[in-house]
Amino acid sequence: MTAPSTHTTKPATGIPALLKTGFINAVIALVLFSLMVGIRTEAGSEGQLTYWTRFGELASLVAAVFGGSIVIELLRQWIGPTGAEKLVPPAVQSGMSFVGRYLAPALLIFTLLVPVIFYNQRYILDLAILVLTYVMLGWGLNVVVGLAGLLDLGYVAFYAVGAYSYALLATNFGWSFWICLPLAGILAAFWGVLLGFPVLRLRGDYLAIVTLAFGEIIRLVLINWQTLTGGPNGVSGIPRPTLFGIPLNNSDEGLAAKLGIEYSPTHRIVFLFYLILALALLTNWVTIRLRRLPIGRAWEALREDEVACRALGINTTTTKLTAFATGAMFGGFAGAFFATRQGFISPESFTFQESALVLAIVVLGGMGSQLGVALAALSMIGGFELFRGLETYRMLVFGWAMVLIMIWRPRGLVGHRAPTVYLKKAQAISSDLVKEGHG
Amino acid sequence: MDYFAQQLINGLVLGSIYGLIAIGYTMVYGIVGMINFAHGDIFMIGGFIALITFLILISLGLTAVPVILLVVLLVSMAITALYGWTIERIAYRPLRHSFRLAPMLSAIGMSFVLTNYSQVAQGARVKPIPPFITGGYTLHESQDGFVIQLSNIQIMVVITTIVLLAIFTWLVSRTRLGRDMRACEQDQTMAALLGVDVDRTISMTFVIGAALAAVAGLMYLLYYGLVDFFMGFVAGIKAFTAAVLGGIGSLPGAMLGGLAIGLIETFWSAYFSVEYKDVAAFSILIVVLIFMPTGLLGRPEVEKV
Repeated sequence: MTAPSTHTTKPATGIPALLKTGFINAVIALVLFSLMVGIRTEAGSEGQLTYWTRFGELASLVAAVFGGSIVIELLRQWIGPTGAEKLVPPAVQSGMSFVGRYLAPALLIFTLLVPVIFYNQRYILDLAILVLTYVMLGWGLNVVVGLAGLLDLGYVAFYAVGAYSYALLATNFGWSFWICLPLAGILAAFWGVLLGFPVLRLRGDYLAIVTLAFGEIIRLVLINWQTLTGGPNGVSGIPRPTLFGIPLNNSDEGLAAKLGIEYSPTHRIVFLFYLILALALLTNWVTIRLRRLPIGRAWEALREDEVACRALGINTTTTKLTAFATGAMFGGFAGAFFATRQGFISPESFTFQESALVLAIVVLGGMGSQLGVALAALSMIGGFELFRGLETYRMLVFGWAMVLIMIWRPRGLVGHRAPTVYLKKAQAISSDLVKEGHG
Repeated sequence: MDYFAQQLINGLVLGSIYGLIAIGYTMVYGIVGMINFAHGDIFMIGGFIALITFLILISLGLTAVPVILLVVLLVSMAITALYGWTIERIAYRPLRHSFRLAPMLSAIGMSFVLTNYSQVAQGARVKPIPPFITGGYTLHESQDGFVIQLSNIQIMVVITTIVLLAIFTWLVSRTRLGRDMRACEQDQTMAALLGVDVDRTISMTFVIGAALAAVAGLMYLLYYGLVDFFMGFVAGIKAFTAAVLGGIGSLPGAMLGGLAIGLIETFWSAYFSVEYKDVAAFSILIVVLIFMPTGLLGRPEVEKV
């Protein structure tokens, strides 16, 4: 047997080698797709299966793989094994840092003005609210994943807890949104602690699976506990939010009547827009503040090196727990907002896909970077809207995007937040200090 | 008592299927140290390929059941193994020295790709097949008319599992490949220095895991008579639970855990409620990880800096 990985380091050169690579890949693709794409099965009307062949699609897919692998191979040879930072020339980099400095304030001002600019375009307003909801969720999860480095695959569970808390409290007891909002957050945080306390001792990927299982448990309980949650039918007739007791409707008590202006249903949309914007900015503000506190520093330290943290006397379990609970609380707020905006919720809104989407936003945004997460949410949800017609291909592209981002830019497309405090100067440590038995 | 015995049989059969999937998780985790989140979907792909091969063979006019079964088994193992190999090559190998969460996230992405790929390629509707292996034995009939049935398909599932496990155990403990795998599990760098082709060994791990998952997919198809594009998700989590319960990294543990999960799920459905059977399985995962993080047969993990 030869030395390891000789075939990965040796680049293929020349046209015959290229063709050979392409040909091998095409043959692999042919085998992979032969049955799954080349033959289409469908259940007939009487339960029997029928099938038909699709060799045209098969051939074009294989051809695409052939061409694609040659193109990728060529690109790899031209660009060479350079680091990602070399791809961007210094001039562009300095320009980008200039843009980066003013991008956040500019975006914020633009966001504040969105309802003014697009007042008559209901579709854009709705989309903006959706994007902001995901920005908030992303920022909430960012505390857990980006700052503390805990992979949480069940974030949607806290979103669901928040949504159902508000929906049930409001429909059963008639409590107003402003009382329920903090309650929803507290309940979600409580669930976060309840789950987190025992499982946060686990190492990274175990934690991921446990949170995933927890998310599924919450969803299954919501589906099956019909007397409380209405099961798959969900909860409907959730009250709309009020401006501190003043409803935003067409009645004499409504805001429009009180202000003496003509009522329009857009008022409510604009109100919702500013509500979620305020909630999201609250999340952002709290995160930025927390990052400067000892607990935030501890989160970042934990993300970088858990063993070192423990050696320095940081109680990792409580540190993780606070991150988990904080993230869960913001998830709960977002859930309450979601419930009041939709007026109807069902377990269908809280599937694993949702968790993965929020996680992808955080990862794409470059774990820990607030601006990155906001931009990622914008591009992700915006991209989903663009591909609305191609419903089935959407998740396929989404999955590929996650894989490719991990391969090319594992620290995120937009940016990566380094720890807030960092030793700038490398310090030499004498070798006799680190030798085994001493360090 | 009769009811209990019947549930025991059903649970063991279901447990065999979970065990076959769990081996894939535990092997990959043992060697690469990542949770291959897409493994459940590999199982689903295996089921689909088995279904399509069945259709083709039957429409070609083949009637000999053993021949059909053998061909289907081999075809679906081969193609699914290639899926496992390709996925490792595309999505995991470039990330081997990346940061901790990267392979896991890439695996989640791959899981979405596979789920939606089969939805796009084969449609979203459930694909049923007519019962292919029929008949069975009545083991015992009580006075009140309750019959303990042992169907041929159940016998086949259990026997296939035992045979595969025997082959697999031989492979790991007696062959060159198995030795390489165990060496990589202990220390990849050292194994590479001693002339073990680490990349190839890891590839083979994925190939074997996928082939076993394909068998599980075929068994599932024969036993339940249907496949759909979403079945890999829940089955995958349960098989992972089984791997953890048995002690991740331990091969007999995976099988034992699979049987345990199958039994728990079946008895829970039989005596408590069908709706909450998944909740029961997932709760067990959480409880096991809290109180017995090393599982039934696992070794305690040493944290290295």
